[in-house]
Amino acid sequence: MKSYSLILSILLYGFLVSSVAAYERLKLATTTSTANSGLLNYLNPVFEEKSGVRVDAIAVGTGKALKLGQNGDVDVMLVHAREAEETFIQEGHGVNRKDVMYNDFIIVGPASDAAGINGMDDVILALRKISEKSSLWFSRGDDSGTHKKEMILWKESAISPSGNWYRGLGQGMGKTLLAADEKGAYTLTDRGTFIALSTGNKIGLIILSEGDSRLFNPYGAIAVNPERHPYVKYKLAMKYINFLTSTEGQSLIARFRMKGKILFHPHNGS
Amino acid sequence: MTFLFEGFLEGLQMVFQGNPAVYNAAWVTLKVSFGSTLIASLIGLPLGYFLASSSFRGKGFFTVLLQTFLGFPTVVIGLLVYGFLSRRGPFGFADLLFTPSGIVIGLVILAFPITTMFTMTAVSGIDPRAREMALTLGASRQRTAWTLFKEVRFGLISALLASFGRVASEVGIAIMLGGNIEGYTRTLTTAIALESMKGEFGFGIALGLVLLTLIFITALLSRYVQKL
Repeated sequence: MKSYSLILSILLYGFLVSSVAAYERLKLATTTSTANSGLLNYLNPVFEEKSGVRVDAIAVGTGKALKLGQNGDVDVMLVHAREAEETFIQEGHGVNRKDVMYNDFIIVGPASDAAGINGMDDVILALRKISEKSSLWFSRGDDSGTHKKEMILWKESAISPSGNWYRGLGQGMGKTLLAADEKGAYTLTDRGTFIALSTGNKIGLIILSEGDSRLFNPYGAIAVNPERHPYVKYKLAMKYINFLTSTEGQSLIARFRMKGKILFHPHNGS
Repeated sequence: MTFLFEGFLEGLQMVFQGNPAVYNAAWVTLKVSFGSTLIASLIGLPLGYFLASSSFRGKGFFTVLLQTFLGFPTVVIGLLVYGFLSRRGPFGFADLLFTPSGIVIGLVILAFPITTMFTMTAVSGIDPRAREMALTLGASRQRTAWTLFKEVRFGLISALLASFGRVASEVGIAIMLGGNIEGYTRTLTTAIALESMKGEFGFGIALGLVLLTLIFITALLSRYVQKL
């Protein structure tokens, strides 16, 4: 009996100690592609060192990230869906949006390229061809930044994609690419996730269309509106946003490499 | 076959090289699993004993209620607790979302029906004469309960073990309530989900091996305790 109560006391003590000796924590909602790129593991420790604060990065789809901000469940967001971000600010959920960095989207697909879009600069024409040929296309289907961009592109092509060839997976970018590789489907992806997966022979998909200015993918940081949610750590959120846009933050972003390749371009080009 | 084999080798390497991401995830798993099993036992053991050894009107109803909780889909638990803990929910002020404590709350709801049921079964299995015997020999109510507890300790150890194994293996609740934050709420299971999504099969294997080892050690420990 004595040993049981001893163990119990140690456990409870450990629990109490770990909760008391806690760091201040800043909750950051970001997208899965941003988190999976490894950029935050590179950037955040620098900020944590300087500020003594722990940044909790919660990686979800852009739609969810914005929702978390709307509900006040996080303090700051780093997302990439310009239209949705503008609406978000207009509706008063967020303040002080700052441009942080940009990269681009690409269309990838099987090397066999049944739709014949390889090398097409015009992404709208490429999408039209895929739709005409009813080539298998996997969509994120999850209201993420990538998904939103995809739907904007389909709209521009005056196509409402539907039918057996168009599949919405409701999964993250990594899973979607893995599935597209398995089934030989085309898909829209951010360059980062694609680089991460395509090196090391994890997938056999290739880049088929890139460079169209409509594939531009800008990232913005937004602080949750403290007037809506007075308890959010607004000052800390602004500290973090200012760090991202500072000379130091921007040059860190410029220096970040994934598998030796440049991934993100800082907004204040270095 | 080489895919599996290579993944397994890579996984073993990561485990023995002491990959920090793997062991951080293990630590989080241990914390939330121990914490939730502890609380679920504090609820389940007395509750199970009470339900098994007393008769009252509505006992049947409570048993059915318990059965329902036992079969509760974990994603629904995650969803409901999320609703409660979100800032827009009633307990938002407590700031428990995306913390290990938030995960523990969800896991307790998952685990307490297990601890309760196992205890109920164990206590119902006691020879009814044991209780009478204890009372006849002059034992107080509490002393009687303790004597009966000793009779059923195997069943109770099983309750703890089953509960621990279940919560340590849980993914949905941990992701929804914890947010899979690296080094804070990323458990072995949520890390496996993440790494497999990134196509990191070997890493996933490493995490899986550690998880299986934890469960194995728990089984060994419980066997040892039973022999005391």
